[in-house]
Amino acid sequence: MKSTIVVPGNQGVKITRACTIMRPAAELYQFWRHLENLPRVIKHPATITRVSEVESRWTVSAPPGDREVSWTSLIINDEPDRLIAWRSTEDAEIPNAGSVRFEIAPGNQGTEVTVSLEYNPPGGKLGAWLAKLSGEEAGQQVADALRRFKALMETGEIPTTEGQPVGEPQKSKRAKS
Amino acid sequence: MKAVCWMGKKKMEVQTVDDPTILNPKDCIVKITSTAICGSDLHLYDGYVPTMEKGDILGHEFMGEVVAVGPSVRKLKVGDRVVVPFTISCGGCFHCSRGQWSCCDNTNPNAGLSEVLNGASGAALYGYSHMMGGYAGGQAQYARVPFADVGPIKVESDLPDDKVLFLSDIFPTGYMAAENCGIEPGHTTVAVWGCGPVGQFAIRSAFLLGAPKVIAIDSVPERLRMAEEGGAVIINSDNEDVHDRLMALTGGRGPDAAIDAVGMEAHGSAYDHVKQTLKLEQDRPFVLRQAMRAVRKGGVLSIPGVYSGFIDKVPFGAVFAKGVTLKMGQTHMQRYLQPLLDLIRDGKIDPSFVITHRFPLTKAPDAYEIFCKKQDGCIKVVLDPSN
Repeated sequence: MKSTIVVPGNQGVKITRACTIMRPAAELYQFWRHLENLPRVIKHPATITRVSEVESRWTVSAPPGDREVSWTSLIINDEPDRLIAWRSTEDAEIPNAGSVRFEIAPGNQGTEVTVSLEYNPPGGKLGAWLAKLSGEEAGQQVADALRRFKALMETGEIPTTEGQPVGEPQKSKRAKS
Repeated sequence: MKAVCWMGKKKMEVQTVDDPTILNPKDCIVKITSTAICGSDLHLYDGYVPTMEKGDILGHEFMGEVVAVGPSVRKLKVGDRVVVPFTISCGGCFHCSRGQWSCCDNTNPNAGLSEVLNGASGAALYGYSHMMGGYAGGQAQYARVPFADVGPIKVESDLPDDKVLFLSDIFPTGYMAAENCGIEPGHTTVAVWGCGPVGQFAIRSAFLLGAPKVIAIDSVPERLRMAEEGGAVIINSDNEDVHDRLMALTGGRGPDAAIDAVGMEAHGSAYDHVKQTLKLEQDRPFVLRQAMRAVRKGGVLSIPGVYSGFIDKVPFGAVFAKGVTLKMGQTHMQRYLQPLLDLIRDGKIDPSFVITHRFPLTKAPDAYEIFCKKQDGCIKVVLDPSN
C-alpha cells in the first residue's frame, strides 16, 4: 500500500531510535502487531483500542497528567515479521506517522528493532504539552519504550523499583503523591 | 524493618521503613543475616556520587535467608541460604548469555541516566544511586532481590556467614582483577596498588592463580601487615620510592602485571592516609599513572578500582609505547560465585581474614565514620542486622 504524506517534509519532528533484542523477529512483530500490548511498554499512561484490523484509537496522557491527546491510527504497511508502518487519519490534532522495523542482527544477536516517528506539532489546546515535547524528549520516550520492550521480551518482566521501601523524607513524599 | 539510609554527605541514619515486597515475578525477598560496608560506599558517604536522594537505602554486600519468592522463580525456595552478588543481572540478554554479567542490558530502570554519561548502561547495583538503578540496598533487615534465579548463590553447607559473605563483591572483584592479569603460574609477578579489602583479595587470588611473587603497595601499616601475612612483598609508599623499588624487585623489567585497586577511591577518602601522603586529592589518578609507568612492556594493567568520570594527564603514551593491555570494569559476578565458593569449602582461602570490625546494624552511622576515618585499624566492617 502506498503511504500518503502526513507530515510535510520540513515541518515535522523526526525521531529514530533502535535497539537489539535477543528474540526472533516473529515474536517481536507479534507483540507489536497486537497494539493493545504497547501500553505495557510505554512509560506514560496510554490507552490503545483496536477499532479494526488496521485501525486503532490512541489516547496518551502527558505530564502533568491533565492533558490528553487522542487520534486514530491507521496501519498503512504490514509485512509480517519485518515491518509495521502507520499514520494518523486526516482529522488528527497532531498529524503523525511512524514505523517499526525488525531486522535480523549479525551473528547470534537477535533482532534489530528500529522505530521511526514523525509528527507535526501544532498550537491550539495542545500547545502547552507540545511545547514541552521537544524532539529530544520524545526521543527519550521512544528510547524508554524500546528499552522496556526489550526487557519484557528478553526476561518476561520490566525492571522497576516502584513500591520498594524507602526512608524519609522520600517515604512521606510518595505517600502524598 | 530497620535500614541504613543516606541522608546527605557524611549523614547516615538508621530508619524504620516498610518491609520489601515482591514487585516482579522473578523477585525474591531475603531476610538478611550479615551485611557489610564496602569501600565504594564511602563515595556515597562523602557525597561524590550523583543521583542520590535522601532516604535511599544503602548496601550491596549482603546474604541471608530467602523468605518469599515470586511466581516465576524456579530454582530458589523459601528457606534457602543465599549470598547475593552486588550486581543485578537478568540472565536473558546478549551480555548475560556471554558471561558479561555486569554489562547486563535489562536491570536498570533508569538506564537513560547512565546513557547520558557513559553512552550505555550496565547492570544495576543495589543501593548505589538512582543512575545505577535506584534499587534499595542490603544494609537492612530485608531486601528485595530481582532475578532471584540469576543472582544469588545458594550456600547449603554449614560454612559460617563470615566465610561466604564476601562472595557478594570484594572476593570475586579481587579475583577477577587477578584473573585479568593473565597469570602464568610460576612466572608472572603482580604488583597491587591499594591494600584495602579488594587489594587484599587480589593479592591472595594472584597467589591462588600461581603468581610466584606479589608486590603490595600502600601506606597504611595495618593494611601492609595484612598483605604481608598474605605472602606479599610490601612497599610502603610513605617511606620508599615506589617506582624505583618496583624496578629493584623485578630486575629492572617492571611487574608483569599491575593491579590498580585504588581507583577514584583515593578521592573518596577510603584511603585517607594514602591520600594525605601521596596527595591523591589533587591528583586523582596518581596510582593509575604510577602503574602505567611501572608495568613491564607487553604487560597487563588490571583495574578493579572504580573510576566514574574523567581523569587528567593520563600517560597514555606510556601504555601505548609499551604495548600494555588494559582490563577493567565491574565484576562479572556469576562467573566466580561457584568456583570461589568451592575454594572456600576446600579450605584454600578463608575470606574472613579481612574483617576487623563488627557492629549491630543500628550502629551503622558510627561504623561509617570509623571506616571512613580509618580509625582503630579499620579495614572491613560487618554489620549484624538481627535484633
